[in-house]
Amino acid sequence: MTIASLALAAGALSACGGPNNRQGGTGEDRKAAASASYGGSFTLVDQNGRTVTERDLIGKPSLIFFGFTFCPEVCPTTLLHISKWLKDLGSDGGKINAFYVTIDPQRDTQKQLEQYLTSFDPRIRGLTGTPAQIDQIAKAYRVYYKRVNLQNGDYVMDHSTMIYMIDARGRFAGPIGYGEPDEHVMPLLRDLLAGRKPKSRQPDPRTSIERS
Amino acid sequence: MFSPANHRLLFLSGVVAALAFVPAEAKEVRAGSLLITGAWSRPTPKGAPAGIGYVTVRNVGSRTDRLLGASSPSAARTELHDMSFKDGVMQMRPVEGGIVIPAGRTVRLQPSGHHIMLIGPKRPFAIGRTVPITLRFEHAGPVQVAFDVRMAPGQANGTQHP
Repeated sequence: MTIASLALAAGALSACGGPNNRQGGTGEDRKAAASASYGGSFTLVDQNGRTVTERDLIGKPSLIFFGFTFCPEVCPTTLLHISKWLKDLGSDGGKINAFYVTIDPQRDTQKQLEQYLTSFDPRIRGLTGTPAQIDQIAKAYRVYYKRVNLQNGDYVMDHSTMIYMIDARGRFAGPIGYGEPDEHVMPLLRDLLAGRKPKSRQPDPRTSIERS
Repeated sequence: MFSPANHRLLFLSGVVAALAFVPAEAKEVRAGSLLITGAWSRPTPKGAPAGIGYVTVRNVGSRTDRLLGASSPSAARTELHDMSFKDGVMQMRPVEGGIVIPAGRTVRLQPSGHHIMLIGPKRPFAIGRTVPITLRFEHAGPVQVAFDVRMAPGQANGTQHP
């Protein structure tokens, strides 16, 4: 996984529609969120049955990753990395939210996520919902996902693979690409925790949007 | 059965184990003019609906062979898939017509490429175990290969991603 493919990831985001205007929070948070190009209101449920909305992104920085449990490589690998980062942050690991949002709610029920996530850091919250609810958050974050039906009656999901860094006010703070090495990621997470803008090595997808 | 806490420890322990991982000299299986090496499979999270297998096939003969399919008692169904990143989007598709193993060439089923999809693992694939998979070749016929369950080299510290 290289810079080239990360640039491609940014390009894919740029191809996925315009800014979303549904915003959450109140007062300053709402203003802050309105200035971001990713984000918006959503209502989902975590693997323990608790409701999670965009308001849960306020107060602590967050990592958000969109995936699905039928994915045998990218998704478990990403969740292992997130688990390791949280551990490596030590006590600061508890100061960051980590959300794994399924883009395959048909397979990934709350029960399925509950079971699956027992293999990873318990602080990772797996989010699911109705197809309409998943569609809403995917649109808000401009996640590309597509169900592809196979001839044998099964289906697979195409999906974009970046991790979103979100600051403590719910604003998009930068991307982490699939397979980005820990020595790149840890400084980003420390910046995110300190309230600084992470110096992502990836091109900011918003730059790509302006160019295209 | 393991409790959730134990399972988490076992699965995540792979992260630690992989830090010290040195690729072993892969077991070689010879089938006709094919040399099969480096068979491995990723550990699967609890309840994961699919596992994955990778292998290297070298054709030392003078006739093109073809990997037509695979089967395993460890999974409900086994398919050959191709994975690709197109504009940063991960796509996975069944391979139509098998995977060609040209004469004199080495073909690798590897991360972010061709792979064996093990749908419906009978139980989670645990690090240190092996998954028996029968590869079915057009000319070399069926070949049983033990796939070692392990992390990708360098995966844990992220210094390398194939």
